Amino acid sequence: MSERKPIYLDYSATTPVDPRVAQKMIPYLTEDFGNPASRSHPYGWTAEQAVENAREEVARLVHADPREIVWTSGATESNNLAIKGAAHFYASGKGKHIITSATEHKAVLDTVRELEREGYEATYLQPEADGLIDIEKFKAAIRPDTVLASIMLVNNEIGVVQDIEALGNVCRANNVIFHVDAAQATGKVEIDLEKLPVDLMSFSAHKTYGPKGIGALYVRRKPRIRIEAQMHGGGHERGMRSGTLATHQIVGMGEAFRIAREEMASENERIRALRDRLLKGLLQIEETYVNGDLDHRVPHNLNVSFNFVEGESLIMAIKDIAVSSGSACTSASLEPSYVLRALGRSDELAHSSIRFSIGRFTTEADVDYTIELLKSKIGKLRELSPLWEMFKDGIDLSKVEWAEH
Amino acid sequence: MAYSDKVLDHYENPRNVGSLDKNDPTVGTGMVGAPACGDVMKLQIKVNDAGVIEDAKFKTYGCGSAIASSSLVTEWLKGKTLDQAQEIKNSAIAEELALPPVKIHCSVLAEDAIKSAIADLRAKQGK
Repeated sequence: MSERKPIYLDYSATTPVDPRVAQKMIPYLTEDFGNPASRSHPYGWTAEQAVENAREEVARLVHADPREIVWTSGATESNNLAIKGAAHFYASGKGKHIITSATEHKAVLDTVRELEREGYEATYLQPEADGLIDIEKFKAAIRPDTVLASIMLVNNEIGVVQDIEALGNVCRANNVIFHVDAAQATGKVEIDLEKLPVDLMSFSAHKTYGPKGIGALYVRRKPRIRIEAQMHGGGHERGMRSGTLATHQIVGMGEAFRIAREEMASENERIRALRDRLLKGLLQIEETYVNGDLDHRVPHNLNVSFNFVEGESLIMAIKDIAVSSGSACTSASLEPSYVLRALGRSDELAHSSIRFSIGRFTTEADVDYTIELLKSKIGKLRELSPLWEMFKDGIDLSKVEWAEH
Repeated sequence: MAYSDKVLDHYENPRNVGSLDKNDPTVGTGMVGAPACGDVMKLQIKVNDAGVIEDAKFKTYGCGSAIASSSLVTEWLKGKTLDQAQEIKNSAIAEELALPPVKIHCSVLAEDAIKSAIADLRAKQGK
């Protein structure tokens, strides 16, 4: 057994904190530890200044006004606050219908489910086979009582980028509040909230080389969007989210987003070259399928299904690399990825999918090692696979009557 | 997920991987499971004139525990009569491999594969 840690190719699950970010955070734990809400002494003033500087950095990355940024504990909380907060505030005036898509993160899907339990109605749009939402289907889903739509910018499993501008324009035309989960997008795609017709947007620090446990919600000021608080207390964050601000975490998120703003152009170019190298290598393996559109996609993500091998045994075989089968949130269950199922992928292909996500510290040598590892292990597992044998014998597996259990 | 050493051993070094001639009258073939469920096992046994299993081969599409369960039963089957083979219980497989509750179905599938292979052989031999 090797003691070496596996090569990390799971940057969409989480990223390491950039050392520059960690350095910046440390003083706010030990020296400048004041409560940003303390108005009567310099401990508080220093902390408040640090929080506001970070707010400015987060706002700059997405071309927002700092006053539009509300700190939360992460994108899950941001999604809850945005969806429940806006749905509750606007339901009496507009109605109780919500639109989202079947491939959203669970933090959106489960929040919408909760609203359904409260008496709201929801439409879950099925994306096309490439993972993208059809704008005409989106339009058709809008009803007079549609209060809110929630669509993610970048999908966590397959990395596809939705046309948020077009979807947002439809929402504007129909007086529908538009929320976008951008947890997977910061530092990967340009986000310009001065131009984008988006009312609420969720952010996370730990997907962008910041610490876990901190996120933000963008709440548009012009035209002003109102949300009902989900967390009540001291009235922090203009009453939208009470709770003592986690200064060190916030400082970390600000620094992480500053680095993202300054370095994303060159970083994305480097990562795209690595992704293309990985893709080329993996496609040399027979019966390999890319999940999701390749053009409308962040360069960091490659989601591939290897036909006739089973996902969990594949993960076991490639333990020298850290990747996800399906999404990290569901890999404890034996269900195939609901995102891939929604794209119309067969159960077999959904079961055998691997998400490779590349990041700041991935090297060319990592990619080359991964390609060779996959080639050898897929070969070994196919030797073991009765499905591969049948395929090679020319049997159409879709016509076989299986003894389901 | 943590696997037991025995599961890892069978997974890393599976015993008796391969195929026997399914048209051979002394070979019984069992194929159980479904791709949609995430596991398919093919188990084949070959009996001699005395009705004793002299060879067993498998191929499995499935998780590490499914591969280990089928690999293990090929070892157990050799040298057994069909009646003895029929007695192999999934609980014994699960116990030997220390399968966690979520993986018990792999041992059930392996037992089903044995029974299916025996049934195929008996049907072929008309008894």
